[in-house]
Amino acid sequence: MVTDFTWMIGGPQGSGVETAANIFSQVFSKMGYQIFGKREYYSNIKGEHSYFAVRVSEKQIRSSIKGTNMLIAFDAETIFRHADDVLENGIIIYDSTLENVKVSDVITFDNDFKERLGNLLKSKNKEDTVKGILELASENGTSIHSVSFRSLLAELSEKLENPRIKNMSRMFNVLGVSLSLGLLMIPSEKLTESVNSIFSKKKSIAEMNVSAANFAYNYATAKFENIELKFEEKEIEENTLLLQGYYGTALGKIIAGCRFQSYYPITPATDESNFLETNEILEINEDRPGSTLVIQTEDEISAIGMAIGSSLTGVRSATCTSGPGFVLMIECLSWAGINEVPVVITFYQRSGPSTGLPTRHGQDDLLCAINSGVGEFPRIVYASGNVLDSFYDTTQVFNYADVFQVPVIHMMDKFIASSVTTCQRFDETKVNIDRGKLLDEISSDNYRRFEHTTDGLSPRSKLGLENGIFWNTGDESDIQGHISEDPVNRIQMMDKRQSRLDYILEKIPESEQIIKHSEGDFCIVSWGSTQGPVLDAIEMLKNEGISIGFVEVKLLQPFPKELLKKLFSNSKTIIDIEANYTGQLGSLIRQNLEKDPDYYILKFTGRPMTCTELYDTLKKIVNGTAEKREVLTYGA
Amino acid sequence: MALKIGDYKTDVHNDWCPGCGDFGIVNSIQMALAEMEIPRHQTAIFSGIGCSGKTSHFINVFGVHTLHGRVLTFAQGAKISNPNLKIIAVGGDGDGLGIGAGHFVAAGRRNVDMTYIIFDNAVYGLTKGQASPTLKLGEKTKSLPTPNTNYNVNPIGLAIASGFTFAARGYSYDIRQLKDLIIAAVNHKGLAFVDVLQPCPTYNDINTKDWFSGVDRIDETTKKAMPRIYKLEDTDYDPVVHYSDETELNQKKTQAIVRSLEWDTKIPTGIFYKNELITPYTRRLTDKIPNYIENPSALQNISKNNVPITKIDQILDSYKV
Repeated sequence: MVTDFTWMIGGPQGSGVETAANIFSQVFSKMGYQIFGKREYYSNIKGEHSYFAVRVSEKQIRSSIKGTNMLIAFDAETIFRHADDVLENGIIIYDSTLENVKVSDVITFDNDFKERLGNLLKSKNKEDTVKGILELASENGTSIHSVSFRSLLAELSEKLENPRIKNMSRMFNVLGVSLSLGLLMIPSEKLTESVNSIFSKKKSIAEMNVSAANFAYNYATAKFENIELKFEEKEIEENTLLLQGYYGTALGKIIAGCRFQSYYPITPATDESNFLETNEILEINEDRPGSTLVIQTEDEISAIGMAIGSSLTGVRSATCTSGPGFVLMIECLSWAGINEVPVVITFYQRSGPSTGLPTRHGQDDLLCAINSGVGEFPRIVYASGNVLDSFYDTTQVFNYADVFQVPVIHMMDKFIASSVTTCQRFDETKVNIDRGKLLDEISSDNYRRFEHTTDGLSPRSKLGLENGIFWNTGDESDIQGHISEDPVNRIQMMDKRQSRLDYILEKIPESEQIIKHSEGDFCIVSWGSTQGPVLDAIEMLKNEGISIGFVEVKLLQPFPKELLKKLFSNSKTIIDIEANYTGQLGSLIRQNLEKDPDYYILKFTGRPMTCTELYDTLKKIVNGTAEKREVLTYGA
Repeated sequence: MALKIGDYKTDVHNDWCPGCGDFGIVNSIQMALAEMEIPRHQTAIFSGIGCSGKTSHFINVFGVHTLHGRVLTFAQGAKISNPNLKIIAVGGDGDGLGIGAGHFVAAGRRNVDMTYIIFDNAVYGLTKGQASPTLKLGEKTKSLPTPNTNYNVNPIGLAIASGFTFAARGYSYDIRQLKDLIIAAVNHKGLAFVDVLQPCPTYNDINTKDWFSGVDRIDETTKKAMPRIYKLEDTDYDPVVHYSDETELNQKKTQAIVRSLEWDTKIPTGIFYKNELITPYTRRLTDKIPNYIENPSALQNISKNNVPITKIDQILDSYKV
């Protein structure tokens, strides 16, 4: 019986790879399995290689592994790129018409890859064709199943007496996933159900795809040689959802009462704004419908400018962006800082520098988020480790913004954004809303926006509030908000704002600042989406009797140095794990704790870490054979 | 109690140069607000950076002094979230047509119901007189080391081309007309633009008050100066787009742009273009969100006793395994 299985489908961008993977994920989630899927794609609309790897397991999983158990390919590039990544006893289902395609025929290969592939085939004495690489895979123990996708369509076309179907190569994706489910002997009604739900928007298309799915499924059960894999149907855990990674922040915004989001299109952040706009009309308990205004702006400067303008009217407001967009927001961010405007920037990182790897994962903007700004002002930088956390964290960052009257940068990344996972249903009853000192009413007429108070936080008026007139300026100001260059006022105002950093550390509960997942002589310190692979790797080691500690830093600015010091105190060896080149959290630790982590495990290929890679490297560390800086490289 | 002009003034010291054209604009805004009797707390002035940026501090309504070139972004965000606010954005010509030109064009496309006033003096005053986007090619104002090498932008033409549905030009020494233009702009349903010719007495030694008054052009018979400025309302010029028809629209846009190009001896002020047949942004939002006007973002309740009141169970159900 199979307990952990990774399935992959690849194809040119635009060929429906994602749809096929969604069908697969739905089927297995409905069989009671846990899902972790990740999508990789180029910065391209049509034609470049994309793939989707879905890992299914009986137990909780939070990351991908190295290698694939089953590969579905209806184009040559997928076979060339992934065939040698299929694990022992693995399976490849491919379109037999591709057999004679040469490496040089694949025009989308970059030269570096072509050279590496050529060398590999040459060294193994294989011809430089699909056939060659499949022979290699076969010798490695992979079982190969070939079928002509085009003949399948032709037969289906004849059967349904619909000549159009013959040429519908855009259904290759559904054929591919259905062949694989047939081979795996998954109950066919699960496939039908899933195809129907995924194409539910148009009945005729759903019908055609169901026919194609069943046809391919039956073909596989009849014609493919039986394999020794069996998936048992299990009871679905109650309250399980199958979610795209970016739903967490989007739904968090909706429930937190974010009613304004402005954005400029950028990968991988835009999906979240689209989700909000798709769901712009909101159902409200015992009240008329509410709505989220989602405004696409002319650039990121305008996106944050508008969000700040909206926030001044008392609305919980946000923008969502990635690195190249965030850096355009800096002057406005600084303005929000000096004017104590609560605004949330959801920061879906990708890999830089500059536009870097535009559609790939990275965690290399941490220091940028903490340090970018004109002058000195307080801000909060907060990171989430997975989709479920990101839901609750989103509701919290709006509270932080309101309570502390600061801009909050919520760090997310491409790895989370484009993964598909099973996940516990979000529990709305755990969410609370704290708007801090926002006023709904002002009776007297001597309101001063920046009045000095014992906790440094002034009652906050909003545009339109009677008796609440205030002024804002990006210049230093007096308590009313009028420009002031007075040196004594300057000191008071700088103290007022900057003292907030200590206040934030004092007020945010420790459990929200850092999560202590486990304890050990060896202690991992990390932040953001590395959480998943780290936890999975720790579990793998635990099964071998090795226990490793893990602290996940969520609050990154202001930096919880005393708490971290305390959490490190029982550990001998500190291991920093991050998806960047320099170890940015490591540098914060050096700066704040005057301590250099003993090891760094870093990855900056743009591909997310797998638990297997981390497991291997952590084992090296435990065995004392690791270098101080270990760089991970896995992934196509 | 009726509001008076004085109610709209703050006691903040005004540090503009003596004789600055900006004074006339601030006075006109205050007069317009008083005449329209808009409650102070329902009004917000958003300003950019530069001498004109300080305007918001001199007017006793909500005042948001933003960043260079960014004023329209802040102002639109506020207006869209709370459509009940009356919003006037102000800034210099460098602010709006140089660094902020992208936002200017995008704002035209949205047609949010608010007013934007540009203090147009052809120089960057606060940074000591560099050439700004409206300075003519080849002109050399006082502090320029060499003549200007850039062609000038035409604010009225750019506004119309961008989609502003109201475009007017005022002169800061004609406060009465300017006040009326601001009232017309505020009452306009859509994005209204007012370009105000505003002599910078310190750095623009070409387009001075005397120059606008035609002191250099003496009528031989009357021996009087022949002012360069004339008012469109004194002619048979009709700025209004009366019906939705391509010919009508194109004719009104074209005539406005052609008029706005007049300069040197005849400089028109007044309303160049007015079109209320283009849907304001509010309407476009109401088409998607039917109760947007009654229940905009700023008026929505999001919690009761700190507990969220938005329901997401239907959305979550759709992802249920």
